[in-house]
Amino acid sequence: MQAIVIVLCKVSVSIGDIKDPEHPYSLEELKVITEDAIEVDNERSYVRVTFTPTVEHCSMATVIGLCLRVKLMRSLPSRYKMDIRVAPGTHATEAAVNKQLNDKERVAAALENPNLLDMVDECLAPCYA
Amino acid sequence: MDLLDANLELKEIQKLQGHSDRVWSLAWNPATASADVPAVFASCSGDKTVRIWEQSPSTRFWDCKAVLEETHTRTVRSCAWSPSGKLLATASFDATTAIWENVGGDFECVSTLEGHENEVKSVSWNASGSLLATCGRDKTVWIWEVMPGNEFECIQVLQGHTQDVKMVRWHPTMDILFSCSYDNTVKVWWSEDDDGDWSCVQTLGESSHGHSSTAWSLDFNAKGDKLVTCSDDLTLKIWKADVPTMQSGDGYAPWNHLCTLSGYHDRTIFSVHWSREGIIASGAADDAVRLFVQGKDGLMNEPSYQLLLKKEKAHDMDINSVQWCPGEKRLLASASDDGTIKVWELATLS
Repeated sequence: MQAIVIVLCKVSVSIGDIKDPEHPYSLEELKVITEDAIEVDNERSYVRVTFTPTVEHCSMATVIGLCLRVKLMRSLPSRYKMDIRVAPGTHATEAAVNKQLNDKERVAAALENPNLLDMVDECLAPCYA
Repeated sequence: MDLLDANLELKEIQKLQGHSDRVWSLAWNPATASADVPAVFASCSGDKTVRIWEQSPSTRFWDCKAVLEETHTRTVRSCAWSPSGKLLATASFDATTAIWENVGGDFECVSTLEGHENEVKSVSWNASGSLLATCGRDKTVWIWEVMPGNEFECIQVLQGHTQDVKMVRWHPTMDILFSCSYDNTVKVWWSEDDDGDWSCVQTLGESSHGHSSTAWSLDFNAKGDKLVTCSDDLTLKIWKADVPTMQSGDGYAPWNHLCTLSGYHDRTIFSVHWSREGIIASGAADDAVRLFVQGKDGLMNEPSYQLLLKKEKAHDMDINSVQWCPGEKRLLASASDDGTIKVWELATLS
């Protein structure tokens, strides 16, 4: 499943104070996602992604996590179960972020918010450029 | 229990398609599924609609009788029939709760309850149909009084949960309200007298053997003296209370933890439902339906619950809701992220 790795690494986010939408940084460039942070079990149709937010108090953590989840949902067959989490010890409110990212109902409601959905789509769009 | 000795299977009777997005919840109409009234249930979905399904007396299969659309503007998360079966309440992420009435086969939205600040996640009628409860991401539980002419008045907004409230359910015989939350607790709400204020009289939290992650759902046994809760912590918990004391008006009697069923589920348990016969059904994010019954080997004061059967791959994706059908036959309906609803029969292996 090397494809997932490549696909996730190419997810881009525009960092808060770098206001240059022409040149977003990919999560791979930012070292937020690396190859070994993605565990895939094809037999059990399971994926776990561990990502490292750029700074400990990164408020983008939930947005990055959401982008990763959406990217996975759009790329993988529907039978796949996925868990997304921040790398242990890399975020101030790690447990809270992880809980929100893995609450299916919260994710579904968030993605019904047009502003949030637009933001996620923008982050994921550069992959296809 | 003879069920544990019987050779049982969960046989798929029908797969119902129609919703164009995940099906979150379903509810059987309590006034149906008898000798002369075919079984009816409602389902609600991320496609913003509610579908009414009715069993055909001739084919015994369910057909979609109505699609309730163009009312909710976002996901419809939960639905509940009034005890008389005449009204259907639907809770939506659009922050409203709609009340529908069956007017000669057509369902009309007769009232819209507003007030929650954001997504409404669950709705429940009390046993007599005089009260309605709703809850949502705004951390509150609302109690509404049902008035003549399909009018609903909010009598109180209950605060106490520190996070998103996932589900509310009234006790089957008494006016006691239970709520499950993202804050990992189950709260019990009670009013001393008819006109009094409602308050939280008990919190089933980690310190009282409660769940260690989001509590998603709960249900009661037929007698109403036992409660089962399910959670993201992968366990089911059974609780017991001295209901006769409460019923005789001697004040509130607390719920005590009876046992925890762990090691059976691999992913979040979203739904749990207790049949009249005592079979507990669970629906989980591992696509499986599991049935549990009270075991024979437990000590007098420590009943044990055992797995009766596990139906793996009951659906292709997460199961969000499992509900036993009222009526004679052992029928169970399940709703899934795969957009389908399945009706099962618990039958002896042929």
